[in-house]
Amino acid sequence: MAAFFSPFLSKPDTVSRIMLQVLLALLPGIAMYVWYFGPAILVSISLASITALGTEALMLKLRDRPVAPFLKDHSALLTGWLLALSIPPLAPWWLVVVGTAFCIVVAKHLYGGLGNNLFNPAMVGFAVLIISFPAQMTQWISPHGLGQIELTFADQLRYMFLGILPPNVTLDAITMATPLDTLKTHLHLDEPIRQILDMPIYGRLAGQGSEMVSWGFLAGGLYLMARRIISWHIPLAYLGTIFAMAGIFHLADPAHYVTPLFHWFSGAAMLGAFFILTDPVSSPTTHHGKLIFAAGAGLITYLIRAFGGFPDGTAFATLLMNICVPLIVLYTQPKIFGRKGRKP
Amino acid sequence: MSALFKFHGGVHPPTHKTESTATPITRLPLPARLVVPFRQHAGDAAIPIVKPGDHVLKGQLIGEPQGFVSSAVHAPTSGVIEFIGPHPVAHPSGLPDICAVLIPDGKESWIEKVSVDYRNTPIAGLREHLRMAGIVGLGGAVFPSDIKLRPLRGHSIQNIEVLILNGAECEPYITCDDMLMRERAAEVVRGGEILRFMLGAGKVLIGIEDNKPEAIAAMRAAVQAEGLPFEVAEIPTLYPSGSAKQLIRVLTGREVPSGELPTDIGVQSFNVATAYSVARCFEQGEPMLSRIVTVTGNVTQPRNYEVLLGTPIADLLAHSEPKTDTRGYLMGGPMMGTPLPSTDVPLVKASNCFIAMSDALFPAPPATLPCIRCGRCADACPADLQPMDLYWFARAKDFGKTQSYHLFDCIECGACAYVCPSHIPLVQYYRFAKSEIRAREQDKLSADRARERHEYREFRMEREKREKEEKLRAKERAAQATKPAATGEVPTASDAAAEAQRKIQDALAQAKAQAAEAQPRNTENLTPEQLAEIAEIEARRARIRELAKSDVEAPKE
Repeated sequence: MAAFFSPFLSKPDTVSRIMLQVLLALLPGIAMYVWYFGPAILVSISLASITALGTEALMLKLRDRPVAPFLKDHSALLTGWLLALSIPPLAPWWLVVVGTAFCIVVAKHLYGGLGNNLFNPAMVGFAVLIISFPAQMTQWISPHGLGQIELTFADQLRYMFLGILPPNVTLDAITMATPLDTLKTHLHLDEPIRQILDMPIYGRLAGQGSEMVSWGFLAGGLYLMARRIISWHIPLAYLGTIFAMAGIFHLADPAHYVTPLFHWFSGAAMLGAFFILTDPVSSPTTHHGKLIFAAGAGLITYLIRAFGGFPDGTAFATLLMNICVPLIVLYTQPKIFGRKGRKP
Repeated sequence: MSALFKFHGGVHPPTHKTESTATPITRLPLPARLVVPFRQHAGDAAIPIVKPGDHVLKGQLIGEPQGFVSSAVHAPTSGVIEFIGPHPVAHPSGLPDICAVLIPDGKESWIEKVSVDYRNTPIAGLREHLRMAGIVGLGGAVFPSDIKLRPLRGHSIQNIEVLILNGAECEPYITCDDMLMRERAAEVVRGGEILRFMLGAGKVLIGIEDNKPEAIAAMRAAVQAEGLPFEVAEIPTLYPSGSAKQLIRVLTGREVPSGELPTDIGVQSFNVATAYSVARCFEQGEPMLSRIVTVTGNVTQPRNYEVLLGTPIADLLAHSEPKTDTRGYLMGGPMMGTPLPSTDVPLVKASNCFIAMSDALFPAPPATLPCIRCGRCADACPADLQPMDLYWFARAKDFGKTQSYHLFDCIECGACAYVCPSHIPLVQYYRFAKSEIRAREQDKLSADRARERHEYREFRMEREKREKEEKLRAKERAAQATKPAATGEVPTASDAAAEAQRKIQDALAQAKAQAAEAQPRNTENLTPEQLAEIAEIEARRARIRELAKSDVEAPKE
């Protein structure tokens, strides 16, 4: 007998299928990434996948849990992919491996494994890397057509695994600061926004190339919403808050504050809105809670970007808001059937 | 057409209804023997009033209701009572219950059927008639209908505004109400009118899910033909719209406050099959002897049968020819039903559907994974609960927290478990927590009672000791007082005092005797059986007192 207890029917929906859909939704963004920044990102994704699955299997074994069903849930794979997409594609191989291993071993399994992690594992990995290896974490590859020299795929591989660049090529020649970083540096030099945005690194809305990657993530996110894998609450509240904050500052002082759209299409805003903050385990379960959580994350992201020490703030905003989740959930319990208009 | 309202959540499981609606309702031939349980309703079992060897007529009363929540049981056909005693019944526990085994004589000879002119009979008499006709809710809860028709607490009359006839039938596979409404709509509607009359309700709404267009059409035609101002509402197909509180919400927009009854907001609801039985009862003078039941799933002949109560399920299933790969049966629907412990059990008033299960129709769910807090369960919950939190607390045995998260507002519809991508048997956790909490309350209650009894005993022994001492002292004093009297002196003041003392003693003794009478005597040396019996009687009394005090919780139809 399959089941002894009602209900005897269940929707043919599994954690594995949900995670697969999310992986699938990342593909447009990854495609844009490859188009504008070369295939190196595919190598880091592969490295992250192997590390994620390996450490997941190891931890499951150590924790005396069945390995096969958990490996098949694809959650470790998703963590690995999200981390790989958050760090520079030309990062040395060990950076990806160390980061991913930290995500899975510490942020996930030491907290109890699938469903029990307090913090978004990928963002924990990211935070550890950016604090421990700031130099390697800022070696962003120049977008297609902007760098002085473009490396071949073979050259990229050689650099990632062996740390060897072709003769007469310096690291500065192939990497550059991210659009958010460039903006921050030049604003510090008291240059007006208009002049900064005229630099070749900027495209129509934000960074050349990176804005297209954001479009890719937006498309994937809308797909997830259409498939009801994620609800509209977190993306809307997150992007809405960033838009509102950026809008207010931009209207008040357009010479020093960029447009809301620039913020939307820079850095990890789109990835965060649809793929990171929406991690069900580390975000609130109540609808009102989701709105508060994402609005808080949007606010922190903007504050870090505009006034903080880091060019982007999505990772820290996510982690800070993860801390607040139990409290948010406690205070946003919905009124239940037959108790509306009464004290809950 | 009045506006319809929505309830939160709900799911759309595959309905599987068309399989069993292709053929009209089939009357099952008389089986070789019938097994009629005396408890086919919510509440106390009926008391057998026949004995083995008795010849009974079809419709003859064989079990008298006892207690407030109870209902009568009748002989479904004419024949001879072969046996009265425990027999396996279709209860999830698998425990046997007291039943009458009836060997039909094949004549189907009826008792004298007396129809009732309900418009010219006192309502209380009509209620008693329903109770003695064994009319109970046929939606699944089998709650005695007469109780649901009683005036509200503190009122001499009913003040029900809206009567709802529940024809939603939202559970997948089940089609017995659908077929009943298609084929016997007129009687359903007339039964509804009787119920409306008894409640004094102004408005009658009949709620039917829009996946039953034939039933809706038949009911609309019947309402028109009977010339009644009932409204047949076509409600969206969404499980569990047939749950009483959810249907009330859909049809009236009102929410039954948590812990209260629909009558508290002026609404009462009955299943359409119950309305049909009420009409048969008053118009034809027929007690409840049979019901419509769906047999479907992995069978070659899925259909609805009209079956005598007490028919062995094996007989019924054989008519639908289960396929060879059938690995078991469900009673009720797949969302809230239970596995049939054995086919050697009789059909009862609650049996609305039997589903033959095969691996193809009911594949084993994937392995259970941890909860990822995706919230699909909360989105599906028709009671606006947070099932993932309840699961968490139930798993941690944090029962206090489950209650503050309103565990007892859960209607166990299974929508949460249906959508769970981790395939966690959520409803099981809630049932576990509920039964644990109930058991603990029971334990606390009996502990309290034992403590009170102990304290009283201490008090009593103390008092007896005191009284004995006083008596002794009084005696001594009396002896001293009588001494001078023996020497021939005239009565003095001390004699008067002795007289007063004696009177006091008499009064005390009398009071003690009365107290002893009020206390149960000879309770020290009883056998465990006797003690169990006493406990049961006490529990029943307490329950009756409870029921009489607070209005009863009428479960969903």
